[in-house]
Amino acid sequence: MQRLTRHHSSAAEELEVIAPSKLAIENISKRFKGASGAVLALDRVSLNVAEGEFVCLVGASGCGKTTLLNIIAGLEKPDDGTAQADGKPIKGPGRERLVMFQEPALFPWLNVLGNVLFGLKLKPNLTKKDRHDVARYYLELVGLSRFERANIHELSGGMKQRVSLARALAPNPRVLLMDEPFAALDALTREQLYGDLQRIWQARNKTIVFVTHNVREAACLGDRVVVFSPRPGRIREEFGVDLPRPRDINSVDLAVHATEITKALKGYSQPEGAIAE
Amino acid sequence: MKRFLLAALFFAVLLLIWEALFRARIWSPVLLPSPRQVTIYLQSAAADGTLAKATIVTMRRLVIGYIIGLVAGLPLGLLTARWKVWQDTIGTLALGLQTLPSVCWVPLALLWFGQTEAAMLFVVVMGTLWSVVIATETGVRNVPPIYSRAALTMGSKRLHMWLKVILPAALPFIVSGMKQGWAFAWRSLMAAEIFVTILTGFGLGQLLHYGRELSAMEQVIGIMIVIVVIGLMADKIFFSPIEKFLHRRWGTSQA
Repeated sequence: MQRLTRHHSSAAEELEVIAPSKLAIENISKRFKGASGAVLALDRVSLNVAEGEFVCLVGASGCGKTTLLNIIAGLEKPDDGTAQADGKPIKGPGRERLVMFQEPALFPWLNVLGNVLFGLKLKPNLTKKDRHDVARYYLELVGLSRFERANIHELSGGMKQRVSLARALAPNPRVLLMDEPFAALDALTREQLYGDLQRIWQARNKTIVFVTHNVREAACLGDRVVVFSPRPGRIREEFGVDLPRPRDINSVDLAVHATEITKALKGYSQPEGAIAE
Repeated sequence: MKRFLLAALFFAVLLLIWEALFRARIWSPVLLPSPRQVTIYLQSAAADGTLAKATIVTMRRLVIGYIIGLVAGLPLGLLTARWKVWQDTIGTLALGLQTLPSVCWVPLALLWFGQTEAAMLFVVVMGTLWSVVIATETGVRNVPPIYSRAALTMGSKRLHMWLKVILPAALPFIVSGMKQGWAFAWRSLMAAEIFVTILTGFGLGQLLHYGRELSAMEQVIGIMIVIVVIGLMADKIFFSPIEKFLHRRWGTSQA
């Protein structure tokens, strides 16, 4: 006889490393109506991301890389084409694909712990204690245990982005979408975060799509670097980066990769009209 | 402690100047009573219960009217921020009526409701409501979109989004609107009480009015002091802690 069991997930269960997602983007186009007429932000873009892969999207501003990220997040809908996560179409935003934005986007009316708890409170079947255990685990992971009671405005830019990372990781998403999260930070803080992010990615096994215009950053973090060209936004070339991890942003091997990618990027980002369509 | 002493000293000096002016006999004692006379009036009014009764009558009008204004104003403000139809109708109306000094509602209220409690409540509600509607609307419109986007990805929607993201994010605006609404309501209520005898209860404004009728200057000044103290207490007990919390959390000042 089948027994009725109450579904209840504990903190330990919540913290288990879960399978990352596979993403399949096919022939996506997206237009925006701007002041100077319609802009083709994405032109028949296709991209596959394997489970647990770290993919970086690079390109000049206006190449549609952020739009693609928003489509994967479910915050925007493509005009044409399909976006799927684990074989299911992406219909809207959902906590299995969490976003880390360029601005921290932390809520100033909550303290650090409150911000990390926000997403957890929206998950059913967690007790208050479970939520606190999970939130504290991630604050520890990003090195901010001592600051759980701090107000957001008291934190430095780097600390804010660590809290953002903890907040995005806490609901245990399968995909982490990062939109130039380190662009506004100083070089030293950034380098620390590169190390932290690689460590956390290996520990938590997430699929990560990371948007940046910094080629070195992309080469340092990504298994694969996808190069976009602007107007219309298209994928031009892909580079595999098979350097051992954790990678140091200042290493010579990395510089070689970065130079190669930069060369490609420059070729595709020439002034308008220079590229024959 | 030092700040407290300094403030106490300041008010003591103020009292001394008052006493000195009284003793100099520049004005007739009928026009300028001494601090002692005012104190004696306040003591007797406190002892025979007139002061407490009047304060309760006035505060009841104010608090009930204010709460009605808040309870109606918040959702109206949210609606006007959310839907164009509401913005074009209620929003425009609120904007227009907010420019109307709320004491202007007194004649209308008296004709509609007579010299009753309802008329006073109406005036207080009109003083509160439109400020709260407009502040809430402005607050919601100023919420950075990134907050709702971040919340959306974490699974927040509809009611949860409004209660846990939009409303708290708009809080600094809403609180300043609440404060303005309070000030408008308090002023218009006093004006109404002074000019109109309300048959259902004698408030502080009426005591002030009768002080004038009887040329009892110590009563006039005594009641004015009570009104000032109530205003100060509302600020210190109710608004100031909220504002301090906002400043601390948002980091908007070193209050």
